[in-house]
Amino acid sequence: MTPGLAARLAGQKHIVTPRRETPFHPRLKELSETNDWYTWAGCKAPHSIFDTELEYFCIRSQGALFDISPMMKYRITGPDAERYLNRLTLRDVRKLAVGRVQYTAWCDDHGHVLDDGTLFRLDADDFRLCCQERHLPWLLDSAIGFSVTVEEETEVIAGLALQGPTSFSILQTAGFAGVDALKPFQLACFPHEDAEVTISRTGFTGDLGYELFVPAGKALSLWDRLWAAGRLHGLKAIGYDALNRVRIEAGFIVANADFVTAEGALRTDRGRMPDEIGLDWLVDTEKPFFNGRDAILRARERRTLKHILVGLEIEGNIPAEHAIVYHRGKREVGLVTAAIWSPLAKRNIAIASLERPFGERIADDLWVEIYAMRELQYRKLMKRAKIVSRPFVRLDRRTVTPPGRF
Amino acid sequence: MTSFDVIIIGGGHNGLTAATLLGKSGRKVLLLEAAGNVGGALHGYEFHPSFRAGGLAHIVNRLDPDVAKLIGLQAELPEILPTVALSETGMPAVLRGAYGERTDGVTAAEAVRFSELREKLLFQAAILKRFLKRRPPEIGAVTAGDMAAFASAGWNMIRRGREEGRDFLRMLLMNVADVADEYLTDDRLKGLLAFDATLGIHLGPRSPTSLLGLHYRLTGEAGGAAGAQFMPRGGVSALAAAFERAAVSAGVTIRTGTSVTRILADRGEATGIALASGEEISAPVVVSAIHPQMTFLTLVDAAELSTGFVRAVKNIRSKGNVARLDLALERVPEFSGVLPEDHRGRLVIARSIDHVENAFNPAKYGEFSEDPVMEITVPSLADPSLAPAGAATLSALVQFAPYQLGEGWEAGKPRFQKVVLDVLERHAPGIGKFVLGSSLMTPADIEACYHMPGGHWHHGELQTDQLLVNRPVNAACRYSTSLKGLYLASAGSHPGGGISGLPGFLAAQSILAGERR
Repeated sequence: MTPGLAARLAGQKHIVTPRRETPFHPRLKELSETNDWYTWAGCKAPHSIFDTELEYFCIRSQGALFDISPMMKYRITGPDAERYLNRLTLRDVRKLAVGRVQYTAWCDDHGHVLDDGTLFRLDADDFRLCCQERHLPWLLDSAIGFSVTVEEETEVIAGLALQGPTSFSILQTAGFAGVDALKPFQLACFPHEDAEVTISRTGFTGDLGYELFVPAGKALSLWDRLWAAGRLHGLKAIGYDALNRVRIEAGFIVANADFVTAEGALRTDRGRMPDEIGLDWLVDTEKPFFNGRDAILRARERRTLKHILVGLEIEGNIPAEHAIVYHRGKREVGLVTAAIWSPLAKRNIAIASLERPFGERIADDLWVEIYAMRELQYRKLMKRAKIVSRPFVRLDRRTVTPPGRF
Repeated sequence: MTSFDVIIIGGGHNGLTAATLLGKSGRKVLLLEAAGNVGGALHGYEFHPSFRAGGLAHIVNRLDPDVAKLIGLQAELPEILPTVALSETGMPAVLRGAYGERTDGVTAAEAVRFSELREKLLFQAAILKRFLKRRPPEIGAVTAGDMAAFASAGWNMIRRGREEGRDFLRMLLMNVADVADEYLTDDRLKGLLAFDATLGIHLGPRSPTSLLGLHYRLTGEAGGAAGAQFMPRGGVSALAAAFERAAVSAGVTIRTGTSVTRILADRGEATGIALASGEEISAPVVVSAIHPQMTFLTLVDAAELSTGFVRAVKNIRSKGNVARLDLALERVPEFSGVLPEDHRGRLVIARSIDHVENAFNPAKYGEFSEDPVMEITVPSLADPSLAPAGAATLSALVQFAPYQLGEGWEAGKPRFQKVVLDVLERHAPGIGKFVLGSSLMTPADIEACYHMPGGHWHHGELQTDQLLVNRPVNAACRYSTSLKGLYLASAGSHPGGGISGLPGFLAAQSILAGERR
């Protein structure tokens, strides 16, 4: 092999292994009984670890560890960081105090949502933005005219979600002193070996829970520290399928599942404004200018918003995933984007996107058409659906501070 | 403190045109100019003791008749000046009247062919011209007026038969070299067309769409004659004075030497401007008659503009290729074979299509041409005040000289100046001996002197992707911008550069139309 070729091959390792492994993969691999993986942003991620049903109950009744390392993480620093993010995102970043986290979203010029995510204010001029899709070009172009540095840190920072009723006790047992003071959407830094771990009281479960960020090199030791502490607290590793169930219960939406992101959409009518995907409450019309402001305000004023996102409760117990929604059983008015039978709510629930005025002015007489495959034959079910408020499940332990001990 | 209805940034001819029209409509207008004088590219400079250049523009070929009327120029019918296509080896070819109504120095057969081509190009330019004096349509909200304009252009296209319509569509995006080769055999005429099509544009004659540059040139008119060119009495500086007079008599307050540092805005609405002195002046309407990139990338806070918009503005291609040479001469120059009175016209050195193409090639790679093409005027013949009695000035627009020269202009400039003088020497033997002083302005110098990013007099490449609904960018193609109350009025807006006054005129018209709505 010539030296030139060797160098070239060395530079192509990402092609040899198109599915990367996260810093936690050695532990996940050991624990995986189902060996059931999918690709999340180019990383190998578990659908399930041992049993989706049981993993769901770990989140709701015990403690669950979920690897969120593939989530996109961007670090935004510099004297203009606040102004930059205020122009980028829908909410008022001036109101985000140091040590707090904001759920937010951002739009293109036409007011179509590019993504939603969480914004962590680590310091006055230091932010971390976490989201589902890749946005580096957009974030860099947004930096024109601002004194900020935008860096992607997805690969160098490992992330873990520790969720469930025992999550607080696990952190305490693991020796993270002072974690009891964390209120929802608050973050703090704790020592871990010779590094720091950032712990925020956030999550995607609607339950008591935390998210932990560490340098990738400290990932395994952090996992081991939590794992040891969780031995008597029912801590289990979980996959995405269980998480997806709890996030539907919590009423959270997922980019490119419940809506198509502006940059991902191929068809011109697929872009969605915040008001069309239930994110109208994020839009702060009093704050300074932000991307998409004109288009959103114009659509509100001219009443040209086309879609609306609603929660549905559907009769029966068969999940209505991707079912068509009808008005009076005849007229097509929308699509179910996510649906489960909720074991906790004991209800058949769904998130659906409807075409206005359905779901807005006309909210009654809605039906969903479920095709249930029964031994190579579809049974077509027309089930009554009722619009209900989200979240479908509200848990007091999510917000109580300090959280309850186990 | 006086309050103003409109603040205009930039006292170039477009800013002055907009100011005059708005002032005449009863608005209280304040015009701010960073330089010591208004007039922009029409404003002259002393380049050698007792020798002045009239302005960056050295001949007028597209001043809009309504703009001329607005500034009170309609009274005098200008004298149409010839274009002389110089030849190094033989006699020049001369276009007389409006872009060669008659030709001298070519064979009778070639004269007929040129006349056919000229007629066709003027016909096509006349169709395009219908769109130059209208606000570009809003995609997605095309009005009845827009439809009528399209229909009438379409009607005029096929009025002369389907053949003519087909030819229009065939030629619209062609390159000038192929068209010239189709009709002509004389290299001097072909070289001239190639030169005129590419002057001020980063295209060679064989680049696709280069014919459009010639179409644009022929949409200009003087004294009602399409394609004609003239020199205002007293030179281009006199034109600057006329623009200024018109603005003053329309009640416009002009402040020169006043640099605007910021356009003030709040939540998507322009509220006024801030000056270098710290003074802030508010007004409900701010018109920016300077380069769109300066407007949005330096004056407006990025926090008041959306990312996609800033991205689009940043991507405007605006790197000039034309250098300006001024010579102070002991006496009036004599170009070989050119009649003395024809020295008052425009002399073009572009001996063939290949010559222009070869001059363009190095520009693609950040080098200047070692054998450049150029157009020359002798401004002191129209305005004797530019030079002492008996002496003369010579002005040449030379290309291709890229804005970003690989070796850097500090090192390149003396070399390029020598190259240009050598070319001149070949066409006007002995001219070097009469040179008392000289000044070469590279695109980088033009940028610095005239605040034109890239030294580009069109304020952005005049190519298909930056025209009409995409000039300067789609979201600001109708003079209004995403900042409510901020309007654009420079050559960077539709229809483009050259001394036409149209961007300023149309901008002012759309401000007035907006108020009525």
